[in-house]
Amino acid sequence: MKNVHELVEKNVGLLTVFILVAISFGAMVEITPLMYQQQTMEKVDGLKPYTALQLEGRDIYIREGCVGCHSQMIRPFRAETERYGHYSVAGESVWEHPFLWGSKRTGPDLARVGGRYSDEWHRVHLINPRDVVPESNMPGFPWLAENTLDGELTAEKMEVFRGFGVPYTDEDIAGAKAAVQGKTEMEALIAYLQSLGTALK
Amino acid sequence: MSSFWSIWVSVITLGSILGCYLLLRWCLLNKTGVEEGDDMHHSFDGIIEINNPLPRWWTILFYIVLVWGLIYLAAYPGLGNFAGLLGWKSSNQNIQSLAESREAVELAKQNGELVQYDREIAQAEERFGPIFDKYASQPIEVLAKDEEALKIGQRLFLQNCSQCHGSDARGQRGFPNLTDNDWLYGGTPAKIKETLLNGRNAMMPAWLDAFGEQGIEEVVAYTLSLSGRQVDQQLKEAGEARFAACAACHGPDGKGNQAFGAPNLTDNIWLYGSTKETVTETLKYGRAGVMPSFKDTLGEKKVHLVSAYVYSLSQDN
Repeated sequence: MKNVHELVEKNVGLLTVFILVAISFGAMVEITPLMYQQQTMEKVDGLKPYTALQLEGRDIYIREGCVGCHSQMIRPFRAETERYGHYSVAGESVWEHPFLWGSKRTGPDLARVGGRYSDEWHRVHLINPRDVVPESNMPGFPWLAENTLDGELTAEKMEVFRGFGVPYTDEDIAGAKAAVQGKTEMEALIAYLQSLGTALK
Repeated sequence: MSSFWSIWVSVITLGSILGCYLLLRWCLLNKTGVEEGDDMHHSFDGIIEINNPLPRWWTILFYIVLVWGLIYLAAYPGLGNFAGLLGWKSSNQNIQSLAESREAVELAKQNGELVQYDREIAQAEERFGPIFDKYASQPIEVLAKDEEALKIGQRLFLQNCSQCHGSDARGQRGFPNLTDNDWLYGGTPAKIKETLLNGRNAMMPAWLDAFGEQGIEEVVAYTLSLSGRQVDQQLKEAGEARFAACAACHGPDGKGNQAFGAPNLTDNIWLYGSTKETVTETLKYGRAGVMPSFKDTLGEKKVHLVSAYVYSLSQDN
């Protein structure tokens, strides 16, 4: 009798298909139902869409790879909530596309960094972190203070987010370019950071 | 979760476990037509393949994992809406505000069904609560001499305050030194605690439009002269005439006003730097120092201890 298992062993394409089928069971159970769950779609009461400037700041956060070293997810452990504040809840992330929860903490969690430091502290710290925290191993981002935004794409970005269900008004989108034009990337990033985690009140 | 999704999750999960079991049984069948332990007539480089079954220890481990999976799904939430026989939950995720979060904890307390996180908090409260309560009932002046209280205060300071004020609390450019007994908003225990609880928003306006370049130079000269610096006499006199605008906050004699956090300009202690350039920059473009509020982050009892630590720092001077 022929060994049927040989079919899979000798045919990489077929093996790939079977692996995808096996993995998709996990996704079907873990991911698909969440897309239809009220709890993961209902926003927290204080949630506001990012302003044009904050939205640009978020893109700079993504561009500079901040998410590689900073998580935005406070887990429900006392050791975390003592330091960072209330644990993160689903309703805070309903308008995040993509979410920036991260999975690596070389630096501290930033889920509730909004309001923790002054704008001026962020400015000094982003240019050279060691000016304020001598033992820090975070890289400096001095170019943020020099680069300015032109706002060419801001309105379009907001349109895209509106497509995802973020309630931007026509006025928000019309005023987007003017709101960010000429602002430095530093201002945008700080505006974004200062908004983090402030929706849950 | 709607019952459709609940069934969806349960059926696929249990189906996968059943599938794993059937796959294992199938793999254990001898489908090769060769006796177990015999040569498969397949050799490569002198290495021959023998028809051996899956190792017994491995097979048994596989069964154990399947059984463990079923036990786990019975005990903990995993099968759709089934909460598990232990009634365990990690946190209150269904909340839309901090008020709802507190309500959820209260409700769970009454029902005796605290979630994992709240149990951890309750245990910590039982252990550490009395310590903080004891200190909260004592005045800051007393705590500032209590070594244990200061140790706790220092720990909290290093965690929450050192990022701006430095681990030695001596501050840095733009962030006040807390050890020199020179205070922007007042250094009494009550004032320190007030600053910590509610934060402060300092506002030095920009004067370039009002004074012009020449005017700024004059006011800078006068300001520097207040702390005994050598300046051009003519500029100083012209600056003095303009200083009335500054006096609204800094006082007619430049000694500052703690009600606004307006610094004393006569004591030669400079938050942003003492050079002529820095003072000029301050005057031209203004400053906006911010002390964040720690009422929500630390809570009143911990702020009380941090206040005692901060207060103690300048008491030897």
